[in-house]
Amino acid sequence: MLLLDRNGAATDGWTRTEGAAIGNLSRALVGFDALPEALAQLAPDQQIGVLISNALAVSELEPFLPRLSLIAIGFPAFADGRGFSQAKAIRRAGFTGSLRASGPLIPDQFDYALACGFDEIELPDTSADRQTVLQWQQARGRLSQTYQRGYRRDGNILDRRRLARTASGSTAP
Amino acid sequence: MYRYDEFDERFVRERVGQFRDQVARRLDGSLTEDEFKPLRLKNGVYLQLHAYMLRIAIPYGTLSARQLRQLALIGERYDRGYGHFTTRQNLQFNWPQLRDVPAILDLLADVEMHCIQTSGNCIRNVTADHFAGVAQDEIEDPRAVCELIRQWSTAHPEFSYLPRKFKIAATGAQHDRAVIKAHDIGIRILKHPQSGEIGYEISVGGGLGRTPMIGKVVRDFLPKTDLLAYLEAVMRVYNLEGRRDNKYKARVKILVHEIGTDEFRRRVEAEFAKLDGPSVNADPEELARIESYFTPPAYQSLPEDSQALAVAKAANPDFARWVDTNLTPHRVPGYSAVTISLKPVGLAPGDATSEQMRLVADLAERYSFDELRVTHAQNLVLPHVRKDDLFAIWQALVPVGLATANLGLITDIIACPGLDYCALATARSIPIAQAIAQRFADVERQASIGELNIKISGCINACGHHHVGHIGVLGLEKRGIESYQITLGGEATENASIGEILGPGLPAEEVPNAIEAIVGVYERHRHDGERFIETVKRVGLVPFKTAFKELADAVA
Ligand code: HEM
Ligand code: SF4
Repeated sequence: MLLLDRNGAATDGWTRTEGAAIGNLSRALVGFDALPEALAQLAPDQQIGVLISNALAVSELEPFLPRLSLIAIGFPAFADGRGFSQAKAIRRAGFTGSLRASGPLIPDQFDYALACGFDEIELPDTSADRQTVLQWQQARGRLSQTYQRGYRRDGNILDRRRLARTASGSTAP
Repeated sequence: MYRYDEFDERFVRERVGQFRDQVARRLDGSLTEDEFKPLRLKNGVYLQLHAYMLRIAIPYGTLSARQLRQLALIGERYDRGYGHFTTRQNLQFNWPQLRDVPAILDLLADVEMHCIQTSGNCIRNVTADHFAGVAQDEIEDPRAVCELIRQWSTAHPEFSYLPRKFKIAATGAQHDRAVIKAHDIGIRILKHPQSGEIGYEISVGGGLGRTPMIGKVVRDFLPKTDLLAYLEAVMRVYNLEGRRDNKYKARVKILVHEIGTDEFRRRVEAEFAKLDGPSVNADPEELARIESYFTPPAYQSLPEDSQALAVAKAANPDFARWVDTNLTPHRVPGYSAVTISLKPVGLAPGDATSEQMRLVADLAERYSFDELRVTHAQNLVLPHVRKDDLFAIWQALVPVGLATANLGLITDIIACPGLDYCALATARSIPIAQAIAQRFADVERQASIGELNIKISGCINACGHHHVGHIGVLGLEKRGIESYQITLGGEATENASIGEILGPGLPAEEVPNAIEAIVGVYERHRHDGERFIETVKRVGLVPFKTAFKELADAVA
């Protein structure tokens, strides 16, 4: 397993648990089904994260958001893009903790994942063995600017054009 | 025409660099073939029967002379001297080498073109009415909104790994020439019935393929400023809820069909209401910036009728036939839109050689304000031609085999590549088109039959639009033998409908006879001045089925 964030390889402070048995783990990652029970046992110095399937409706997760520190969204395959929309919806619902994409993504999806609200990628070894941390870093910003507004990226093209318009004080091209 | 600004330019260049790097990572094994496949598809590269195929986007079907010349050059240098115009306003090269693709992409970028998202499970090249900005029945030129959508949909962070491909088409006219009802999203520009404000009617869930469906209107009137937020809502609902368990059920049309139009609309509106529109939408100034590139060219003020044209027609019957067949009225007096048919009898529909492309480019530069259009019916258009210049244009077209007078006629056939090129094909389609065209080659006969659209696909994927052909031909394979299913009564206009099957499949050599039999029924039943499709709608399928059965029984 390889954990990556914007800055490269990262260390994973989270421990996956079976069922709701979070014991005295400082950071416990549980499945969605076990979440209510795990939250019921949560001690003040503990943090809890949840691993969800990409078929889960975000509305089902919403009531728990304020008490979660990490949400890991499972990507069964890199070509299954549901997780991108879930991430976007989770951020819109106000979640400020860490958002993790967990599955065999490819480096060319790194920017997309970050733009949709993810902070980190958890890669299985079968992917990490082929795709180096360097490749993931090089894929970042390969397209330095894109068009969409409303995503977590610095300076999209439409906003830059707007800036240029205001700077020149004209509305014509 | 739209011109790239520094941002568009940089984007396309970086995209080529990105693809080079992706190819390198595939070659050194970092990416598996499965991982590489969607990346190459999103850059227009298919692996086909004999070779790689490259699909180049011609956004909303508009091209300049310089761009067409560059396509001619690419065809010569990297292919076999020709290209194939498709039903989705793309150009396909059938023989490039994978290692040459980045170099081709560089050449395209030099003329503000690309192959981005011409394939793959993403939002594809946006298509439009090929008479945009020209047609007399137009409310507003749809190309500006298409360009806005092209930019917005390009490398979209959220919608690049959809359940399946996603096609958007737009029209600004009353008469639909963009087949918007056979698209995942169809956009029709319209005036609000009360306020007169211009906005969009949005249809979702049209599509052809193995489960043909006509799109349903989900929004009667969308204010222009809300477009991107609304599209984001539609795409989010589809991305989350479209089926991923079965690729044949993954198109948005299936989702709309399974949950119903009302429920789909409800979900989209709920999502749209939650969205922060102003943070997503383009500023009106941005749309205005794009619109300013589509302002009309500097037309001369001319009388509606041309003396020179009348004289040339009187002296030259072949020219007169071409004029009577291949012109479309222009909104400006004294001008005309000229369709250059890529359907000469006996050749592959939609193919053009590099030599032909160069000639057409010259004509566009000289006579049509440097502008060309590509139609979904696989023809080319010179959109703004002075009637006075028609004879000179025709004279230039004749020697290169581009003066075929058959726009909308029985030999103006749409056909997909079929078994000649396509890895998915179950039957040939180009040779069938050729055989039908041969059969009806007689120009008098074609003129007397009048408007009749034949559309041919080489398999159930329906790239040749057979479902919406007045006569559709679908090539299947039965026990190792090609078998052709004939449908009747489809339409690709604002009255879009799906044709019905006439009877059992026929062997290839019987297809022209079947068409002959169908045309015969029409000729016996038609009222004065009635078009083929009108007769079919009036008399129904029964007489056609009877004639078809006689033929099928004789074959069996
Ligand atoms: C030669 C390689 C090609 C391949 C492998 C291919 C593959 C496919 C497939 C699999 C579908 C069905 C998609 C679905 O229903 O989900 C399809 C539909 C379609 N393709 Fe192609 N195609 C090829 C060439 C073309 C060409 C040359 C054209 C234009 C002449 C074209 C235009 C279309 C259109 C218009 C549709 C149906 C509309 C719709 O998507 O509902 N394709 N293609
Ligand atoms: S209809 Fe079938 S044969 Fe024709 S191009 Fe499409 S996939 Fe190929």
